[in-house]
Amino acid sequence: MSNAILVVGGGFSGLTAAIEAAELGHDVYIVEKTPYLGGRVAQLNKYFPKLCPPSCGLEIQFQRIRKNPRIKFFTQAQLVELNGCKGNYSAKVRIAPRYVVPHSVDFSLLASSLEGEKDNEFELGLAKSKPLYRSMPFAFPGRYVLAPEALTAADKARLVGNKFINLAEEAKTIELSVGAVIVATGWKPYDVTNLTNLGAGSVKNCISNMQLERLASPFGPTNGKIVRPTDGRAPQNIAFVQCAGSRDQNHLNFCSYICCMATLKQCCYIAEQYPDARITVYYIDLRAPGRFVKVLDKVKAMPNVTFVKGKVADARQAAGDNVEIQVEDAVRGEKLTLTHDLVVLATGMQPTLATEKLPVKLPLDEDGFVAGGEEAGIFAAGCARMPLDVMRSAQSGTAAALKAVQTVKGR
Amino acid sequence: MASKIGVYFDQQNIGGGIDANALVAIVQQKWGGLAPVVKAYPVLADAVADIEADIQANELDGVLICGGSPRSDWEIYQFGSVQVERVNLLEQVVHAIADAEMRMQVAVDYVNMGVVKLQKSNVPDSAAIETVKRVLVVGGGWTGLNAALEAARTGYEVVLVEKAKTLGGKAVNMPRTSPLSAPWTELSDCGLEGKIAAVQADKLITVYTGSTIAKVSGQPGDFTVSITTPSGAVEVKIGAAVLATGWVPLADKYLECMGLGKSDKVTHMGAFAAKMLSGQVNAKRIAFVLDTTMAEEFAAAQAAEAPAEAEAAPAPGKQAEEELETPKFVKEDLECLRHLRYSNAVNSVAAVRMANLYCEKMDDAAQVFILYKDMTIPGILERFYKNMQNRLGIMMTKADVTDIRENGDHMTVECKNTLLGMDFDLDVDMVVLPTGIVPTTAKEAVMQFDYRQGPDFPDLGLFDGFTDSNYICFPYETRRTGVYAAGCVRQPMTMDQCQEDASGAVLKAIQCIEAADHGVAVHPRSGDTSYPVFNFVRCTQCKRCTEECPFGALDDDEKGTPKPNPARCRRCGTCFGACPERVISFANYNIDQIGSMIREVEVPKDFRTFGPRILILACENDAYPAMDMAAMRNKPWSPYVRIIPVRCLGSVNAIWVSDAMSKGFDGVMLMGCKYGDDYQCHFVKGSEICNRRKENIAETLNRLGVEPERVEQFELAIDEYDKVPGMIDAFVEHIMRMGPNPFKGM
Repeated sequence: MSNAILVVGGGFSGLTAAIEAAELGHDVYIVEKTPYLGGRVAQLNKYFPKLCPPSCGLEIQFQRIRKNPRIKFFTQAQLVELNGCKGNYSAKVRIAPRYVVPHSVDFSLLASSLEGEKDNEFELGLAKSKPLYRSMPFAFPGRYVLAPEALTAADKARLVGNKFINLAEEAKTIELSVGAVIVATGWKPYDVTNLTNLGAGSVKNCISNMQLERLASPFGPTNGKIVRPTDGRAPQNIAFVQCAGSRDQNHLNFCSYICCMATLKQCCYIAEQYPDARITVYYIDLRAPGRFVKVLDKVKAMPNVTFVKGKVADARQAAGDNVEIQVEDAVRGEKLTLTHDLVVLATGMQPTLATEKLPVKLPLDEDGFVAGGEEAGIFAAGCARMPLDVMRSAQSGTAAALKAVQTVKGR
Repeated sequence: MASKIGVYFDQQNIGGGIDANALVAIVQQKWGGLAPVVKAYPVLADAVADIEADIQANELDGVLICGGSPRSDWEIYQFGSVQVERVNLLEQVVHAIADAEMRMQVAVDYVNMGVVKLQKSNVPDSAAIETVKRVLVVGGGWTGLNAALEAARTGYEVVLVEKAKTLGGKAVNMPRTSPLSAPWTELSDCGLEGKIAAVQADKLITVYTGSTIAKVSGQPGDFTVSITTPSGAVEVKIGAAVLATGWVPLADKYLECMGLGKSDKVTHMGAFAAKMLSGQVNAKRIAFVLDTTMAEEFAAAQAAEAPAEAEAAPAPGKQAEEELETPKFVKEDLECLRHLRYSNAVNSVAAVRMANLYCEKMDDAAQVFILYKDMTIPGILERFYKNMQNRLGIMMTKADVTDIRENGDHMTVECKNTLLGMDFDLDVDMVVLPTGIVPTTAKEAVMQFDYRQGPDFPDLGLFDGFTDSNYICFPYETRRTGVYAAGCVRQPMTMDQCQEDASGAVLKAIQCIEAADHGVAVHPRSGDTSYPVFNFVRCTQCKRCTEECPFGALDDDEKGTPKPNPARCRRCGTCFGACPERVISFANYNIDQIGSMIREVEVPKDFRTFGPRILILACENDAYPAMDMAAMRNKPWSPYVRIIPVRCLGSVNAIWVSDAMSKGFDGVMLMGCKYGDDYQCHFVKGSEICNRRKENIAETLNRLGVEPERVEQFELAIDEYDKVPGMIDAFVEHIMRMGPNPFKGM
């Protein structure tokens, strides 16, 4: 029997659940797949509706973790086995090697001197990274990560004998004894290669909304300048394609909750950088629930933003690396063919568990959302359960923490 | 007061930029017996056992780690009850100072400041209080019932107070509600009666119906609540509270132009639900009109006709009120048309739900139209929306509803820009408009706090009366510690959301009780053991601390002497920032400590040759990390500044500014969070209050004969690190132009 709680996923809902439970006096373990905590929100430039930076709230969460010895977290870690029953689980966690010493070392000079390159998952294909890297400046923990497979022979020679790097480090597996599990495995942007009618990711200057977040971010690949990926030019005629995958039974059979608000927010980014740029938003419904209507009103009042009710049927390459889209204006009943120099697909959120298996007996619905598990002391939080924004993810994480606490209390 | 400090340098982090061995010699010479151990290690992280041995052998009571930012490797340098302080020589010196010669000077200053900081720091006494493990739930509707059950299930006693004679609230009209669980497609039986029965049967839960809160006094863990019940006044002790008082429907007058209140064939969702349930509706054709543009345009036109009426003559009696010592609290009614729009999602869900229920009830012999502008059913409830559209009698279209008029025995709804390719007039027997959710806290001071700052939550106007958090990341924060809002009093919500919200608020409430029990702070300085200590001998009853505390933590007596409530306190230090008499201090953070750090900086007399010195007081939550980022991204700044992190700009005391000026500093930068309606200050008001205090500071400076332009406040968001060097260097230039502080060298 254990009164500790395992939290799978170190994104915003997982962090919230873990910290809230720990501040109530419970031992908590966070298992996070990536090398840093913060999950998806760490990739965002700003939050709606306040247009405030995610790192502001994350910094507080990290302070809370630093001060609380009850919270243990493992990055580059994955749950590989969960045995036992409610109140008495044994969790096997595999921790991938980081290949660097377990304390901060300023590798900035060494990292920049390496030749190798690797895909940069954090920048969603918009940039490459060095084999020795930190996913972002605010990465927590701030320690570098080494990807040995990306090292060239010369790089390897350079690293030999470095006392802070251990290329022989191996993965290790640890076993944790916990009484309840919170599944906060979150979401990923819907894979655009599935959207064949919208170019399946092959149309140049047709990017996803998450990629736009990276372009707008001060620590993104363009240091915050929103430009066309092909030529670095400032876009002048931008389209947002809403429900790219969402509300579509062939793709995501639900509404992704955040994309309308994300688009409104991104209209603000663009208007700030390019006051003269024209923006058109193609939508089915503009969903600005609750007090978010204020953001909708604000963007509707912007002179260069136009809203067209209609679903985009097709996106293809046009001359000059522009993008041609076809859309039916649902109110006027007209079929329109229009060309934009940058198209942003408001891709929806797909639950991570739709494509990645978790070794936990957990009922999932047809879209991959967790649909039960409570009776086994397993509680879903955040976007593993349903599409949510950040505030509601925090709410959901807090609620899941209570359920987990109730499960392990007094054991 | 640390009196034996071990000072350690981490060469691995600073070695390339600073001569650690030279620093060791300087520290040994300067501090002698105060610092009996001064060492440099090639890799300090590998020397933790050595440090522990030093602590034992030399009875060290303070450890100063000089290397990387305190934001890194925190878990490595923990030595039980021995106080640990960090000096950031990597980011703030090696990276931030480009000039190698200046680096040493800057480093020496920071190390000396670190030593003094420890010397002036104590381990706080315990602020633990004996706590009452009982949760007050105000409101016995859907959210309140769920909250009560969840708290009881976690082992806490509950006192549930409901204003109405019976439990259930608005949920009694919603026995079959939108989905409460997966697969999120079907109407759910909410099981309200079962919940009520469970609450009534639970031994841990005491219910007071027909009752209201008359007074809440005390602090988390130890509140006293007076409840007005039908059988007289009752007093109970509670530890924390969940506010779940829900909402009232927006007054009909706001929708009069759409026929509400004028025609008996026009109603709103909430009223329709009740009528349908009691079998009072038999209309064959019903239009649910979700587009409320008519009402908004009508209100806008009216507002344009009667401009600035509100600004006319001052309200009668206002002057008399001002003369009173404590003006009587008057609740401002925050109900407004915006509440209708904020309720868009709840009404969209309600429309499809009730359209189905009605068709079902009429055996599909009814025709229901839903006319919307944007069907706002976001998220997983899309599945419910899709499923509900399948019923034969339901017709939905986007439509701009431009007129609603009575037409003999029926109503005519004028629809334009529809999806049917034409404009049309729709004849129906009944029109159902949305219900505006007006939070109860927009109408009354529900909690009746017996607090120095008044009975209500402050700044409710920011959210038109919703008792919501301004923090996207921290949804349960209110400015009254120990009281957590849930359900529709916080935001318009569907019932599944209310249920989840109740759980979240309960967790925060019991967490707050346990924090008081352990004598530690709650969010955002969770776990902090320090708390403000008052030296009343010097107090002049100026009341600044009691007025400025963003959380209303301080009450006072008749004379105005503050009465601290440590468990309400969030440890930001705004109180001691306000105090002109150094009455207030934290064991490990106080006026003398920061003042001593300022005085420890070596300020050269010759401004022209050795440059100015500028003090930066930086918010440790946002500005400080932003500076770390700037440094890490190779954006160096002027070597003339010295940075001291503060808990919040609210804690900045004018005394520090005069300390700096007397010491010969030439300027002071105050770097803190954004303020205003979208404030980012984690203590709500700190940076704003600091800005307001600048007048006092200017006065102080004028009195000293120093130009007030030497002190400036800067707003810096945590991600604006690329602005940091420019901001600093521009201020340094500004000071260079002004010339030296007239006090320099005196």
